[in-house]
Order: sequence, then C-alpha cells, then structure tokens
Amino acid sequence: MNGACMQGPIVQLTDVKKIYHLGASQIHALNGVDLSIERGDFVTIMGSSGSGKSTMLNLIGCLDQPTEGTVKINGTDLSLLNDDQLTEIRRNNIGFIFQQFNLIPTLTAVENVEMPMIFSGIPEQERRRRAMEFLRRANLDAEFAEHKPNELSGGQQQRVAIARALANSPPILLADEPTGNLDTKTGKSVMDLLSELNLHGTTVIVVTHDPKIAAYANTNIVLRDGEIVEASE
Amino acid sequence: MYAELAKRNLKRHMARTVLAAVGIIIGVIAISSMGILGNSLKLSVSDSLGDVGNELLVYPGFGEETITEKQVEKMQKVAGIENLIPIYSSASKAEYKNEETYANVYGIESDDLPGLAEIEAGRMYKRGSSDCVIGSQLAEDLEVNIGGKITIEDTKFRVIGILRERGMGFDISADSAVFIDHQMFTRIYEDTDEGYSYAIIQVENINEIDTVKEDLEERLNKKDEEVFVLATNTILSSIDEISRYISLFLMGISSISLLVAGVSILNVMLMSTMERTREIGIMKAVGASRKDVLKMFLLEALFLGTAASLIGGILSFGGGFLITVLIMKQASYLFAPSSMAYIILGIVFGIMTGVAGGVYPAWKAAQMRPLDALRHE
Repeated sequence: MNGACMQGPIVQLTDVKKIYHLGASQIHALNGVDLSIERGDFVTIMGSSGSGKSTMLNLIGCLDQPTEGTVKINGTDLSLLNDDQLTEIRRNNIGFIFQQFNLIPTLTAVENVEMPMIFSGIPEQERRRRAMEFLRRANLDAEFAEHKPNELSGGQQQRVAIARALANSPPILLADEPTGNLDTKTGKSVMDLLSELNLHGTTVIVVTHDPKIAAYANTNIVLRDGEIVEASE
Repeated sequence: MYAELAKRNLKRHMARTVLAAVGIIIGVIAISSMGILGNSLKLSVSDSLGDVGNELLVYPGFGEETITEKQVEKMQKVAGIENLIPIYSSASKAEYKNEETYANVYGIESDDLPGLAEIEAGRMYKRGSSDCVIGSQLAEDLEVNIGGKITIEDTKFRVIGILRERGMGFDISADSAVFIDHQMFTRIYEDTDEGYSYAIIQVENINEIDTVKEDLEERLNKKDEEVFVLATNTILSSIDEISRYISLFLMGISSISLLVAGVSILNVMLMSTMERTREIGIMKAVGASRKDVLKMFLLEALFLGTAASLIGGILSFGGGFLITVLIMKQASYLFAPSSMAYIILGIVFGIMTGVAGGVYPAWKAAQMRPLDALRHE
C-alpha cells in the first residue's frame, strides 16, 4: 500500500461545506460537517434523499472537492490536488461498489476486475492471477470468470463489482446502496461478504437508507439537511 | 488490454463502425487512384517523348521573324557546338493519288538530317534535288512508298527515303513530316529566303549545355533580344512539374472525400463518447487517468483508420486500374514504383484522417469529470 500515513484517522472531514449553484439559488448540500473514520471501521451513512449523503460519499471517494473545509484521505488533503492526482489517490485508496454494479459491458467478469490494475500498471499475468483471487474472495465461482456482465445475475454482478473494488487492495471500500438492486437474500450475502472483508482490516463505508444494513456497522451516521444529526457507536 | 478494449468497442456497433470505415476506404481509394492516374499520365508522356535529347533550340526573339544567316554565323563562333542545324519550317497539304493530309514541311540540309533522325528505307536527297524524305506516319497515311511522287504547294517531290519512327520531339516532329532541301523550300514558299525559322544546336558535351546556352545569349542578345534559346531538358523538367501539379490537383479534389470521412469518424466517435459517458465515469472512478481515457479512445480511432486505410489501399489497385483504363485506355503504369508510392500516400492520409477525427472526441472523453459521468444516465 502507499502508506502515506499509517497513523490517525483514514478519513477525516473538517468543517466541510459543499455548495451547489442551481440557477440563482445556492444549495448547501453539506453545511459544516466534521467526521473522522478510523482504520478498520465499518460505517454506515444514512439519511433521506437530499440529506447530503451522496455528496459526502463523493467527497470521501475523491470524486469531488469541498467548497470549504478539508477532506483528508489517508493523511492527504484533497483540496490541494489536481484531477490526475485525485485519480491516483482514488486508485490507491478507494474501492467503489455501486448500486447499479457499473461493470463495463464489453469486458468479461475477470477483465472487469483486472481493469483497475491496468490503470495502476500491473503486468498482465500478475493481473490475471490476482483478479482470479479477488473473484474467489468475493465468492464468485471460477466458471463465471469469462462471462460478460449481461450473462450474470444481479448478485453475481455485484460480486464481480466487489472483486473489482478489491483490485489494487485499497484500504477503503466505499459502497453506495450496494444491496439496492438485489433481493433480500442476495443482499444479505453481499453484506456478509463486506463484513467479512471488514474483519480482515478493510475500512468499509456504506451509504444506505436501509436500517438493516446499519446493524452490520460499528458506527452509524445520520445526515439531515447537510448536517450530522446523529453519530452512534 | 487497451487494444483489446478498443477492438471490442468498435465491434459493439458493427454497422456504425463499418459505415465510418467505408468513408475512409472511399477516400483512400479516391486519393490513391487519382495519384496513380496523374502518375500514369506523366509516365506515358515522358515515354512517348522518348529521347528528347539535350539540344538547344534557337528561335527568333520577340518581334523578330527569322534567324538570319548573319546570326547563324555568330552562333558558329560559340565554343562547344557539335552541330548547328538551321531549319526552315512550315506546314502544307501533302497529296498522293487520292490521299491527302497536312504535314510539317522542313527545309533542312541533306547532311544535317541524319543527325536528327534515322533513315529506315531508301536514302537521303542530294543538295538542290527535288527529292524528299518523309516520316513513317506520313508514309502510312498517304500510302506512299519509295519512288512515289507527292505533291506539296503544287510541286511534285519524289520520295526517296522514309524515316524510322521517332516519337514526339521538341526539335522536329519527324513522323508526319516532309523533309526537303533548303533551296527547294525557299523556292516553294515565298519570302522565306530572308532567314531560317529556327536552329537546332547539338553540343559536344552535354554537361556544358548551360554554358553554351549562356555564350549564345551573350553573343547574340548583347544589344537586343535577337534570339530566344531553349534547352530541351528544361522543357522536360517543366512537363514533369506540370504533371506533378495535375496529380496534386486531382489528389486535392479527392482528398475532399477523405475530409468528409474524417468528419464522419468525428461524428461516430463523438456519439460513442456520449453513449459511453457512464462507462468513462466508472473507469475514472476505478482509477483511469485522463491519459488512460485519451489513449483508449485514440486507439479506437487509430484502429478504425488503419484497418479502413489498408482495405482502401488494397482496393486502390482496382480503382487505379479502372480509372487509368477508362481515361488512358491502358493500365501498364499501375504497378510502377511511383504509382505504388501514391497508394502508400493514400493509406498514410487515411490513417491520419482517422486519428485526427478521433482527437476531439477522445479529448472530450478525457476531460469528463468522473462525478458528472457517473451521474449520467
């Protein structure tokens, strides 16, 4: 791992404000949020739509930068970085899991897992070996490795997506409604998988409005109107 | 992997890819075929000119009508001249039995003609005789043999020699000409005894042709522009230049089709960039840098351009064959190395067009912010 800073919180938000301009009006998506997440935490972020939870996820995921305040990922202050530097931080620290799975349709399951490793320049054979290993860890049968996403069930696709998130072994897994498109049983097995990964030391942050998911977490954060209204251990 | 991804993305909308490729293919065929046509025209002109030789042609200067005997004497003083051939020239109707045709009539000394053309049958006329020597084409047209009497300007001339075919020339057009003695020429054409029409100069050493030309001009054009001296090899190089311009012009016109193809690549790539906005967002989210995205899209354009250009290059043999046969009735210059060069040029232009058409869409894809791209539905 890049080991920029192995001490202190892995995610730290200090007085973060995010203001969107919608025509003439301003929308305060986040209004002075302080948050720190420690290594190995399992955190859920909850709140109704418009509460600012997606904005927070985007900031932690290095997809966006705050209007005010600082966001530090693994010790690095994002506000000072340009687009390419953000990409690098993202590549080394964050594994994304989306509600829509977001696999690349032209690539097979194993190729989808390989993709982040291509961008970080891992040689082909090593890449393939690791991708197969990640698929195994995500509990996808090896026989599906050469299938395209449209030949897989929703649960299988999400497993591929989780394996992809594990590529480059990031310290943080960031999941946006990971069970939102899955039936209850499959959803549960996906959550079990995330919590198992958490047991092995990966920090897991899940955005959801499903209270059942909150049960997996050791920290629950509730957002309302851009502010943290509740943070329970 | 980038290459593999590019290939699969191109295959995703096969019909669209093929249509975009067809544009490039047509463009490459058009450029290459036109290049081949221009090149074949040039090769066929220089072939039919044959050996234009390295001669100097001396014509009367502006406002002058003839080369005078005095000027000829002056010319003779210039060093490096092997043969100085003063010539009378005109054109008249030549008749033999029921056949008639227009022919160039040259008044040339009997000693001088062998230096310019070879006699195939018969012999040269003697000084002052009323015999003539004719070109092979004229002999054929008039169906006349040695011994026949042809009529020019109401005067009969006995054909005693026929020349070997010589091809087009800048000095004399021998094949359809009648050659007669100086005395006979001035007798049948009025007012021609004042001077010659022009003079042909053959130099001793070809490398000194420019020096001889300068000497001539210096000696004769000291006061007035008495004569106009032309070197045949410079005529040849200007013909080369003209045919190069013709080739360029033809290729310029056909490159419009390549331009259109470039725009269609731009369109197709832009469309697929838009369609894949979300994918681009995903790739950026999982760690693709702007450079990675740029590379992916440019590679697609490069593959499309290269594949289409190579197909176009191969089909250009057919296109070149068709157009040369259609316009020149022959395709013998199709496989000349200089024709091949135009096919390669067409392929290179095609590839460049493909890549150029891909630059903007690739740049646009690379610039997409991952968040906006991910939100895109």
